[in-house]
Amino acid sequence: MDFIAILSIFVLACFVGYFVVWSVTPALHTPLMAVTNAISSVIIVGALIAAAAAGAPGAKWLGLLAVVLASVNIFGGFAVTERMLAMYKKKGQ
Amino acid sequence: MCQDLLLNGTIYHCGMDSAPEEVRTSPWIALAYLVAGICFILALRGLSGPASSRRGNRLGMIGMTIAVVVTFITHVPTWADPEFYSVPYGRDYLALIDWTATLEILAAIALGAAIGFTTAKRIAMTAMPQLVAAFHSLVGLAAVLVAIAAYLNPQAFGIADLVTPMIGQPFAVIDPVSRVEMGLGVAIGAITFSGSVIAFLKLNGNMGGKPILLPGRHVINMGVLAAIVALIAYFTRDQSPAVFWTITVLSFAIGFLLIIPIGGADMPVVVSMLNSYSGWAAAAMGFTLHNTAMIITGALVGASGAILSYIMCRAMNRSFISVIAGGFGAVADTGGSQAIDRPWKRGSAEDAAFLMREAEQVIIVPGYGMAVAQAQHALREMADRLKEEGVRVKYAIHPVAGRMPGHMNVLLAEANVPYDEVFELEDVNAEFAQTDVAFVIGANDVTNPAAKTDKSSPIYGMPVLDVEKAKTVLFIKRSMGGVGYAGVDNELFYRDNTMMLLADAKKMVEEIVKALG
Repeated sequence: MDFIAILSIFVLACFVGYFVVWSVTPALHTPLMAVTNAISSVIIVGALIAAAAAGAPGAKWLGLLAVVLASVNIFGGFAVTERMLAMYKKKGQ
Repeated sequence: MCQDLLLNGTIYHCGMDSAPEEVRTSPWIALAYLVAGICFILALRGLSGPASSRRGNRLGMIGMTIAVVVTFITHVPTWADPEFYSVPYGRDYLALIDWTATLEILAAIALGAAIGFTTAKRIAMTAMPQLVAAFHSLVGLAAVLVAIAAYLNPQAFGIADLVTPMIGQPFAVIDPVSRVEMGLGVAIGAITFSGSVIAFLKLNGNMGGKPILLPGRHVINMGVLAAIVALIAYFTRDQSPAVFWTITVLSFAIGFLLIIPIGGADMPVVVSMLNSYSGWAAAAMGFTLHNTAMIITGALVGASGAILSYIMCRAMNRSFISVIAGGFGAVADTGGSQAIDRPWKRGSAEDAAFLMREAEQVIIVPGYGMAVAQAQHALREMADRLKEEGVRVKYAIHPVAGRMPGHMNVLLAEANVPYDEVFELEDVNAEFAQTDVAFVIGANDVTNPAAKTDKSSPIYGMPVLDVEKAKTVLFIKRSMGGVGYAGVDNELFYRDNTMMLLADAKKMVEEIVKALG
């Protein structure tokens, strides 16, 4: 992909983000932060690439460490969001 | 296209470090990352209401699983090798797999999962702001590590060209555009990390909430930021380690310097801002890796944090710049001393119980103090008792109540308060005038009428809850001495219709429950 194609995706995604986030109810702003935390750990993709590549041992170990950190965030973030969302109940529910 | 490479004394055998080129650039792979990105968009979309939110969260998990699995099978050697699947039946498949890489990665994920799950399960809801800050720091650090790994092994990330000079060894030249992306990734990641660590220490109470003001901090900060930008520009011309490491070190330093002057009351903005940064860091790395899932996610998270910061700033009537500049709450205790002698009324739990039982409608205004005292469960019990007596009970939430956006809503939800009894400032503010009792528990600045009348007040212009319009205000506070986080005295205490309930919030509410019988 060339740079302009990637930039286009990025800019359009910013607009999507803008409208989607404004539609989030303020009552769920804390779960929003927790879940954005979890999904921003998609950086694990980069960590996996580094960890899987042979050749530079330094890069590989840094990659593995990044995999651990991102995994803490992914599992912790989704789990704590799930836990919070389970608490929101309607009257009589 | 593919040849062996010698870099930093290590030989890279072609085809050894990852899957063949045609597998990694297959349109199916790009499509899978796009699906992951769409799952993340829908995950946030689900949060538009509590009913759809759980499904949204599941979609987020699905998206993450897709991204991880696809990366794993396309990058761990042999898994994605077409030869691996075309070998004649009967051959030992298992022997062909790179078990070392596979097991190392699975072990790393398992370790992270164990830590993540345990933390998520054990954490008290009152400690959510700290937890989120800690999680932000991990995203930041992971981004830094990935950027460093990409710098050390650019071939694996497909961002370098091999150059064979006339004399000497062939070496990898990182694509200049990738260098900018990498530089931005490491810088934003490092700022997110060190900033979040400071935010965590402040929120967790390991560090005082008061702003720490260094002399000439604005000059220092601007200088360091300018140096980082200049170095990233220079990095496109010179990819030497010295430049890269200087960018990294300066970025760690600026994250630290930017957050220490910001006081405890501004932490909701800081946490949101760092949330935004963690997104931009992921996006920068997505640019480096040409990965749509990362770019979409980075943009979503970046936008989310930015919007939350904006909402928090608006709720405090402060500009983003003034929050970032820091120092708010440092000039405290002016005017508090002469105000202490003004007359005020003190009430008991029995008085409060009597007033509320007779009321038609009670609006509860919770704040950070409720979280500190862990009073949410007792509060819900009190509300239940009142409802049995035929009283209508509502909750009013100011956007900056607590230490992070939506903090109060989560605590009330934890205590089984139905979310349709909880209202935002703009939806409930007009109702105070027709309300018999406003019950303020652990909130202070967000109820201060001075924000509407006193132009000299530091919180002038901030939207506040009109609690003083209620027939009676019951205000729980530990003692009359303290001031709110803005460091200003609250006019509300001395009004004729205010009754101060001086005690620990939880104890007071429990006594009221007892008095209600």
